[in-house]
Amino acid sequence: MSKPVVSLSGVTKSFEAAGVTALQSIDLDVGPGEFVSLIGPSGCGKSTLLRVVGDLVEPTSGTVVVNGKSARQARRDGDYGIVFQDAVLYDWRTVSKNIGLPLELLGWDKTRRAERVEELLRLVELQGFGGHHPWQLSGGMQQRVAIARALSFSPALLLMDEPFGALDEMTRERLNGELLRIWEASGSTVLFVTHSIAEAVFLSTRVVVMSRRPGRIAAIVDVDLPQPRTADTREEPRFFELVTEVRDRLREGGLDEDSTAPGEGELLVGEETA
Amino acid sequence: MAHAASAAPAQPPLLDPKRVRSAAVSVCLFLAVLAVLWALWEGFKAFGEAIDLRLGRFEPNDRTMPHLHEIVGTLFEPSRRNGPLLIDILWDAALFTAKEAAVGFALGAVVGFALGAALAHSGLLQRGFLPYIIASQTIPILAVAPMVVVWVNPRLPPSLKDWGAVAVIAAYLTFFPVTINTMRGLTSVDPRALELMRSYAATNWKVLWKLRVPTALPYIFAALKIAAPASVVGAIIGELPASIQNGLGGAILNFNQYYVTAPERLWATNLIAALLGITFFLLVLVAERLVVRRAPEHVG
Repeated sequence: MSKPVVSLSGVTKSFEAAGVTALQSIDLDVGPGEFVSLIGPSGCGKSTLLRVVGDLVEPTSGTVVVNGKSARQARRDGDYGIVFQDAVLYDWRTVSKNIGLPLELLGWDKTRRAERVEELLRLVELQGFGGHHPWQLSGGMQQRVAIARALSFSPALLLMDEPFGALDEMTRERLNGELLRIWEASGSTVLFVTHSIAEAVFLSTRVVVMSRRPGRIAAIVDVDLPQPRTADTREEPRFFELVTEVRDRLREGGLDEDSTAPGEGELLVGEETA
Repeated sequence: MAHAASAAPAQPPLLDPKRVRSAAVSVCLFLAVLAVLWALWEGFKAFGEAIDLRLGRFEPNDRTMPHLHEIVGTLFEPSRRNGPLLIDILWDAALFTAKEAAVGFALGAVVGFALGAALAHSGLLQRGFLPYIIASQTIPILAVAPMVVVWVNPRLPPSLKDWGAVAVIAAYLTFFPVTINTMRGLTSVDPRALELMRSYAATNWKVLWKLRVPTALPYIFAALKIAAPASVVGAIIGELPASIQNGLGGAILNFNQYYVTAPERLWATNLIAALLGITFFLLVLVAERLVVRRAPEHVG
């Protein structure tokens, strides 16, 4: 792998107050242009891991190198954009102004901002909605605005924490396809947290399977499905093989039947259609 | 585009039938309630006079309960022989009081905001000062007003004397709700919005003005709506210890002295004072509509 965009060595995170070890000795390298998913049972620390990469949570021990710098420096330099499960848009701003928020903070002038926002609206297929307010948009549209905002300053890295978790299955599948298109167009590296095996396999170049708490890397599955991936990819035999493999690794890592996560239902989808 | 269907329609034009009808309904409701209140007043008066009703020391008659149409009518008569119409006197008095109340309101709002912002940023300051701030509001304003006049007046330039002290008294009644609500609003920010700001490496100053203050605006305006009529009340009360004749406070005092001979005039003065308070409230309401842009169900 050429110089990794994200490099984690021995990253451990314990929350003393709660007496909980969320992450245990994580070693992971993410190469440029990769799409890496983190999947695991509830409480396995995948969201915490994402936040460690983003310097929103400080690891108890271990090193984090993002874009060749410390996580803190990478955050200060705006090397990554982040998208949460909730779009977290500002109600008092229009869609355009929401997308332009990071650019305002970076001190871009008005014209440059307006141009970039137009580009981004086209990228996420929301042309003409710039003047709308967030409450006038559906959940899926709001997430697209959040993605546009995260990409506004063209970061090298995109961190996504179950961005489609709150959406219905069909919207989710459509947005998966759009995300792949955006990923190819922008050339960024993506670190994606999800509960859905099907989503992880469909989107990623590699799937990182995490074990039950304390979170360790149980396995890494290479997804050799051809690009670009389409709705048809979900029907291919290799897709189901990979979904099964990921599920098996999850079981090995300790997928408690009792620790049902919101996406639990999806873990059975591959079985029903196989 | 497939997604256009899920977007809301554009804002309807100003004069479309739905809006006109809704406005007409509001006006009719307002007039209807007014008519009911009028009927209640006149009805109780007529009833009480007919049966010689006495409630403790109160009995309805032309002195204790003048006819409403006479109260309104007295506005258009001179209050002194060959003098100006009552409504002209009260109009000038109202403008004078309005000036004091407006300055007091602005002063109280700014101080309230600054205080609320300071307390929101420091738990230490909060624990230290909040009890005293709350205690300040429990002292009756009639007790505080003379002290304010005595303390503030000597420190004012001649052009601001007297009415300046009244503005301070009005500010005293205004700042408290603004402080509490500013504090509440600034700290009610979504933690993930704060995480996002952190991911952009935004400074605390930027976070305050781009995230916390806009989040706090609905709360602040709620407080301003309470503070608006309160500033008018503060101004009227404040005029008494400050011995001001030109405002509504002075007019109330004056017409109170002559209540026995012309009760309608005091009632008329109260009516004008109430209208002033309502006007202040409506101005804040309009400002809120213009400044606060939120999902329709979140405003209010």
